[in-house]
Amino acid sequence: MSKTLFDKVWDTHVVRKIEGGPDVLFIDRHLIHEVTSPVAFLGLKSRGIKVLYPNRTFATADHNTPTINQHLPVADPLSANQLKALESNSNEYGISYWGLGHQKNGIVHVVGPEYGITQPGATIVCGDSHTSTHGAFGAIAFGIGTSEVEMVLATQCIMQPKPKKMRININGKLGVGVTPKDVALFIISQLTTSGATGYFVEYAGDVFENMSMEGRMTVCNLSIEMGARGGMIAPDETTINYVKGREFTPKSEAWDKALAYYKTLKTDADAVFDKELTFDGSAIEPMITYGTNPGMGMGISHDIPDAAHAEGGAATYAKSLGYMGFHEGDSMIGKPVDFVFVGSCTNGRIEDFRAFTSLVKGKHKAANVTAWLVPGSHIVEAQIKEEGLLDILTEAGFELRQPGCSACLAMNDDKVPAGKYAVSTSNRNFEGRQGPGSRTMLASPLVAAAAAVTGKVTDPRTLIEELV
Amino acid sequence: MAYDKFNILKSTAVPLPIENIDTDQIIPARFLKATERVGFGDNLFRDWRYNPDNTPKKDFVLNNPVFSGKILVGGKNFGSGSSREHAAWAIYDYGFRCVVSSFFADIFRGNCLNIGVLPVQVSPEFAEKIFAAIFADPKTEIEVNLPAQTITLLATGEKETFDINSYKKNNMLNGFDDIDYLQSIKPEIEEFAAHLPL
Repeated sequence: MSKTLFDKVWDTHVVRKIEGGPDVLFIDRHLIHEVTSPVAFLGLKSRGIKVLYPNRTFATADHNTPTINQHLPVADPLSANQLKALESNSNEYGISYWGLGHQKNGIVHVVGPEYGITQPGATIVCGDSHTSTHGAFGAIAFGIGTSEVEMVLATQCIMQPKPKKMRININGKLGVGVTPKDVALFIISQLTTSGATGYFVEYAGDVFENMSMEGRMTVCNLSIEMGARGGMIAPDETTINYVKGREFTPKSEAWDKALAYYKTLKTDADAVFDKELTFDGSAIEPMITYGTNPGMGMGISHDIPDAAHAEGGAATYAKSLGYMGFHEGDSMIGKPVDFVFVGSCTNGRIEDFRAFTSLVKGKHKAANVTAWLVPGSHIVEAQIKEEGLLDILTEAGFELRQPGCSACLAMNDDKVPAGKYAVSTSNRNFEGRQGPGSRTMLASPLVAAAAAVTGKVTDPRTLIEELV
Repeated sequence: MAYDKFNILKSTAVPLPIENIDTDQIIPARFLKATERVGFGDNLFRDWRYNPDNTPKKDFVLNNPVFSGKILVGGKNFGSGSSREHAAWAIYDYGFRCVVSSFFADIFRGNCLNIGVLPVQVSPEFAEKIFAAIFADPKTEIEVNLPAQTITLLATGEKETFDINSYKKNNMLNGFDDIDYLQSIKPEIEEFAAHLPL
């Protein structure tokens, strides 16, 4: 029978099917971090059981970590305690631990791929909804809750009903200034935050085929923001070239076996999806969000829609715009910006810093803007320096911080104050996400750069045209 | 680890007719720093419930003594966003045992089922009826019957059936969890692992 890419990877990992219930799915790689794992380890302890496959589990500290002075003790006692718990649990159960100060430390969804933990056709879970990132490699990757973290530690399996399948096709040439982030925000704006709930998505078409792995990771990362458990892209030469030779990538004979498996990972021509959508890539603009969920986004040149044309009830819509201090019919261009954040598992990779730097080069940070540039890992940080980007950024009045999740969820000190506006390359604009009372506009690194140098929401294309 | 058994729940309910309630609202990230599962109920809906100076916001439903009960009724797409199980813990710890909505986010729904909070998905029309009934009479009782898979407005007898897979239903009825099951098939898992492509 014809199968989709998703079917092939899923079916390869089903240990057993339960009649009228979920499948028992084997998990190849389990990533853990400090926030969603401590209670899972407590559960193991109270049951008196061990981690079944410590070598399939990898721990990094990222959600809580400071992004300056990482050589000093963590000041917040609660954060410090959580980081200590991850370290002691990892040591006790024989799990690789990449803590603060470790060369491999960084955002879990950035370092996983960098070290080859992420492989095509693998099943990957983590107690973090943006685990969908790893789908960029043709893996089935999704976020889980803490009870499930405990399950995977104990048995390397998870119990999941098989989701429905959706394919999103986008062909055409992306316009100037349109990045993978814009493609993702565009899709979410079309589907809404619940439009793909219950589905696993495959992204197909030349727009995705032409993307780098970094771009594909940005797209798959945001799959959860339309409710999908995950998104995936079939592995191709770009994928194979990325994974080959990385530390945890299979070597020699194991590589040959893995490669043979990777080559089977594509949707059969006559395979059927439960839902299929097609969009025109050339119609996508640089995007920005105006509300309090990632589905409330639009092309940056558009005006905020009126309630009649918005998803959700009028009361919910009014609450959202009221929180943002925006009104129906407002233009986003020229809106005030107090903070700019570049980073996170969505846009904290080298390509994102290249894009940001290309636009701020020769300009200067606006005086009214506080900018936080936070690389996703030490590898990204090193690349920024080696490629000379840091010199350009410094010249333009920007500073680089140290790796971590940072202002994406503001668990550390990187908080946007109440009432202030941030243009953020992260993934969620929920109320208070970047600090209590903070107001977030999600956008690409280019839109963030345009805001950073002009001090207000600006269409990056106007600045790119200046450069040309 | 076994959790509370769920059979038939009869209770008043707390209405929260806002759509797309995300888990950052249910429990903001800054309250995720605990290493034990205690005290999350105090911070349930923290920023909707309290002012920055920690005084209660009078217009929020949890601060209105008229509404109470073990059932929380939320708007469409309840629990979207982050996978934090802390959101389900906060709902449980506050005292809710059932969440009703016309649509749930996937991960949140699964997290609820894994800790013994029953997510009941109803039609948008029935959700409207429930909201109207509660606002008309906050003392109105709702019966959630897991064995029969029904939810009933007891004042009028209006009812609807809801879906739950038979495996999870059995777990909820008996307070079993998935690890109990998975532990019991460990030899099969280890045998399976020996023959994987990666």
